[in-house]
Amino acid sequence: MGEAIVITSGKGGVGKTTTTANLGTALALQDKKVCLVDTDIGLRNLDVVMGLENRIIYDIVDVVNERCKTKQALITDKRFECLHLLPAAQTSDKSEVTPEGVKAIVDELKQDYDYIVIDCPAGIEQGYKNAVAGADKAIVVTTPEKASVRDADRIIGLLEQEDMESPKLVINRIRNHMMKNGDMLDVDEIVNVLSIDLLGIVIDDDAVIKASNSGEPVVMKPNSKASLAYRNIARRILGETVPLLNLEEDKGVLAKVKRFFGMRT
Amino acid sequence: MVGNGQRIMIKGTRDGLTLQLDDQCSFETLLRELREKLSMSGITEEQPMIRVNIQLGKRYLDEDKKEELSAVVREKQKLVVDSIESEVLTKQEALNWKENTEITPVARTIRSGQLVEVKGDLLLIGDVNPGGQVKATGNVFIMGSLRGIAHAGFEGDQSAVIAASYMQPSQLRIADQLSRSPDYDSEGVYMECGFIDDQLEKIRIDRLQEVVKKRPDLVSFERRMING
Repeated sequence: MGEAIVITSGKGGVGKTTTTANLGTALALQDKKVCLVDTDIGLRNLDVVMGLENRIIYDIVDVVNERCKTKQALITDKRFECLHLLPAAQTSDKSEVTPEGVKAIVDELKQDYDYIVIDCPAGIEQGYKNAVAGADKAIVVTTPEKASVRDADRIIGLLEQEDMESPKLVINRIRNHMMKNGDMLDVDEIVNVLSIDLLGIVIDDDAVIKASNSGEPVVMKPNSKASLAYRNIARRILGETVPLLNLEEDKGVLAKVKRFFGMRT
Repeated sequence: MVGNGQRIMIKGTRDGLTLQLDDQCSFETLLRELREKLSMSGITEEQPMIRVNIQLGKRYLDEDKKEELSAVVREKQKLVVDSIESEVLTKQEALNWKENTEITPVARTIRSGQLVEVKGDLLLIGDVNPGGQVKATGNVFIMGSLRGIAHAGFEGDQSAVIAASYMQPSQLRIADQLSRSPDYDSEGVYMECGFIDDQLEKIRIDRLQEVVKKRPDLVSFERRMING
């Protein structure tokens, strides 16, 4: 029996879909059977980020309306046999499915997979209710901006009313130099306000955008910092204890040598 | 209690007159006798207004009856009714009292979009986040950070206060007064308390210790009974 995790944020554009794609891929890298579910009906893009757009035949609305079997709608990832995607519909809208419908699908998927990762649409209306219905756990994604922290807080409040354990936090798009200058909310401040457990922090990395444009989750690129962050988050989901990433950037060989001799850099 | 023929006893005090009314006879008898008694007492024109405190004993009067009684006293030019006190109250009133004098503890984080409203005092064990709101008919005590909106005395109690371990509110509201945070970014303050300054007639924030001096009867049952 698997576990269903919904990735949500309230505000749009903070990186829910990117997080879903990368966490799913990172869990698959750890040999877990993973199914990604896109519930952003009408504005689907998880398939684009995964590079699987051209393989879609059936979608979640077809499954809910019993036009096909769940298995028929699932798309197998290019890279991993154990990673599947249930895409959202592009031609319908969010009222086409009900929370009960999504819950039934998720419950069915839980029989066959270790993890179901659900990508939630922005907002707190029908789409959100659909996405949350089948989930056992929730991950709230936020960026170090007031507006997105505010929306994350609202979402956490709503999630607390659901029958699931306390949500976990991922802070995305961290820019270290801005955080240091105080131009961005810092990690401690955000965790303090939202008062939920921090699952991980992800640095704002050009590689993320590049990777999602090429339909290849950044997790597949081993030398990027964001990639490491997502893999660490996946390990934490699996129950490992992994320290938070060091935000400091290495300043080249000289800095390393200096540090070796205990000099301040 | 008052003797047989004597259904009304008039006492003079420093603050005015105290009327002790018999609580066994009928209300009509009482009014009749009160009229007689008051017409007898000769009050000359030059005297200032006299405040009258009416004690009903164990008689319960609803608002209409109280008004009727006050009217009889007011017929005399120089008398004004200061207060009407009764030793009894209805269950409903008692219930209201209880609600308005209780401290309601709430142990959770009040997040954006959430509203907690209580009768009496609110004791919040947790934070009020930006966009969250707490309301109480009495005081608001927050054992955490106040970053949202707190409204104390929302049914009009001007003496209510808002205290928080960490104060960085977006708005403080007490009774019908409102104050908001400045437009520039400001640090919060620790262990402070908001209250209405009587001279400025505005909400002021001061150290917790100072407010205790300003509101010595902050948590006393009597204050809350009166406000209830």
